[in-house]
Amino acid sequence: MTARVLAVARSEMTILRRNRWLFLATLIMVLFALALTFAGSAPTGSLGADRLLVSVASMTTLSVYLAPLLALMMSFDAIAGDSERGTLALLLSYPAGRGEILLGKYLAQLAALSFALAVGFGIAGAAAGLTGGTSPESLAALLRLIGTSILLGGVFLAFGHFLSALAGSPAAAAGAAAALWLVFVVLYDLGLLGAVVLDSGGVFTTTFFPWVMVANPADAFRLWNVAASDGVALTTGMTGVAGSLPTWAAPLSIVLWLGITFGLAWAAFRRLEP
Amino acid sequence: MTHEVLKIDGLTKLRSGRPVLRDVSLSVAAGERVALLGHNGAGKSTMIKIALGLLSPDGGSVRVAGSVPGSGAARLATAFLPEAVSFHGALTGREQLSLFARLAGTGTGPVAGLLERVGLADAADRRIRTYSKGMRQRLGLAQVMLGKPAVALLDEPTSGLDPISRQDLYTIIDELAAQGTAVLIASHALTEVEARTDRIAILRQGELVANDTLRNLSRRAGLPTRLRIVVRGGLADQMAAETGGTRVNGASVDVECAPDTKMEALRRFASMPDRVEDIEMTPPGLEDLYRHYAQEGKQ
Repeated sequence: MTARVLAVARSEMTILRRNRWLFLATLIMVLFALALTFAGSAPTGSLGADRLLVSVASMTTLSVYLAPLLALMMSFDAIAGDSERGTLALLLSYPAGRGEILLGKYLAQLAALSFALAVGFGIAGAAAGLTGGTSPESLAALLRLIGTSILLGGVFLAFGHFLSALAGSPAAAAGAAAALWLVFVVLYDLGLLGAVVLDSGGVFTTTFFPWVMVANPADAFRLWNVAASDGVALTTGMTGVAGSLPTWAAPLSIVLWLGITFGLAWAAFRRLEP
Repeated sequence: MTHEVLKIDGLTKLRSGRPVLRDVSLSVAAGERVALLGHNGAGKSTMIKIALGLLSPDGGSVRVAGSVPGSGAARLATAFLPEAVSFHGALTGREQLSLFARLAGTGTGPVAGLLERVGLADAADRRIRTYSKGMRQRLGLAQVMLGKPAVALLDEPTSGLDPISRQDLYTIIDELAAQGTAVLIASHALTEVEARTDRIAILRQGELVANDTLRNLSRRAGLPTRLRIVVRGGLADQMAAETGGTRVNGASVDVECAPDTKMEALRRFASMPDRVEDIEMTPPGLEDLYRHYAQEGKQ
């Protein structure tokens, strides 16, 4: 079982290295993280936080957009591409089960994504720490950011596999992945904002809003990082929402989403007729 | 030779309520090479997918080496060559074959030898993106030979191959059969399976309309042999009128005769040395046979 999962993962990792996804993803992360760290260093003094903490706060916002995007771009072709090339039927004629194939591809992509996130945030964090000082709190925030970004990426990798198994062709899967990203990362928040404005401080805003927000994995990721560190909360201006939710809400949301998306991917792949 | 490794019994498969396979029974013994012929959409690929366990049957049963298709034992015993397979362009031939070897549980030991066997030794470390269609097909064939399969299912193995590669392909198929693999070759390229298979099965609109040796099929179909008579001195019209044949050009007449009257006709033409210059005889080929069995019901 594990030997076959590793064989698939190894092959997928070679593909990610060859088609430069690993390199590109890492480069994008490093460039954006560095740019945000140095562009966002202005308010340091006034808030009494060290530069690394401010940097983590900016990078949290960056990760909300980039981690799902990179994850979806890595994963949308995983099953649809093999299906189109005719390799999927061949792969499935081997003693590897569908779960093993899915898991192997997933692990390789998760490893590549983790590498890109860790290197990107790590370099930017080191630069911020070296120029503006660190504290135990800001170091913990950086590690938390890397860890939760990987979890968020993991959710969207599984989303990508789900769409890839469902779509039938790589082009359709790419389109669906772009739509999914737009909904979860951009439109969902816009919708919430609109609802809050319309409600103007009513029952929705005070009671339901935080829960509706944490139900979205991208927002749960943001809230998790904000709630765990006062400094980050202060610099992102999200103390209000984060404070009104129990601390377990955001981690639970992400873990549930991991389960849901992996289950969806597995169900779609199992029904796929190559 | 009676050990039937692939056994299909009364197989029926419906697609949106309409049968694409109807009560098909077909067995392939160890070491036997069977050609499965049929038009596009006759049900060949569906049958192969069922034998692989990728589709489930709606009726009847299929056993591969005694196991249900798709089970671990059946998948270990089966090798498959998909139609017009193309692999991920970013991998090299060696890496792709190594993946299959690891999945098949043979380890990467046989990989180099197999690449050599199919003539890809020089290209082994090049990306598959740079391979020609024929090279990809040969890579596909290399993975069929991994781990001495009990059953090999080849879907249009000759599509996209040049004539020399086709000869190589059939040599490899012969080797597979010689080591005891039951080989099922789905094809609509008729002429080349003629001499290279032990038995021919013909699917027509989901029904098995023939399943026998080439010789028995020819005899049962009773297809006419065509005699082309080359006539001397512009007497073609006269000859055509006398024999009931059709004039092909100024000097030749085609006469069709049934198997039992063939010798008689030959003797008759041979005894006309003043008028007949040459006789060409064309026995019914696989093409005619296929047309006969594949269209029988339509007439």
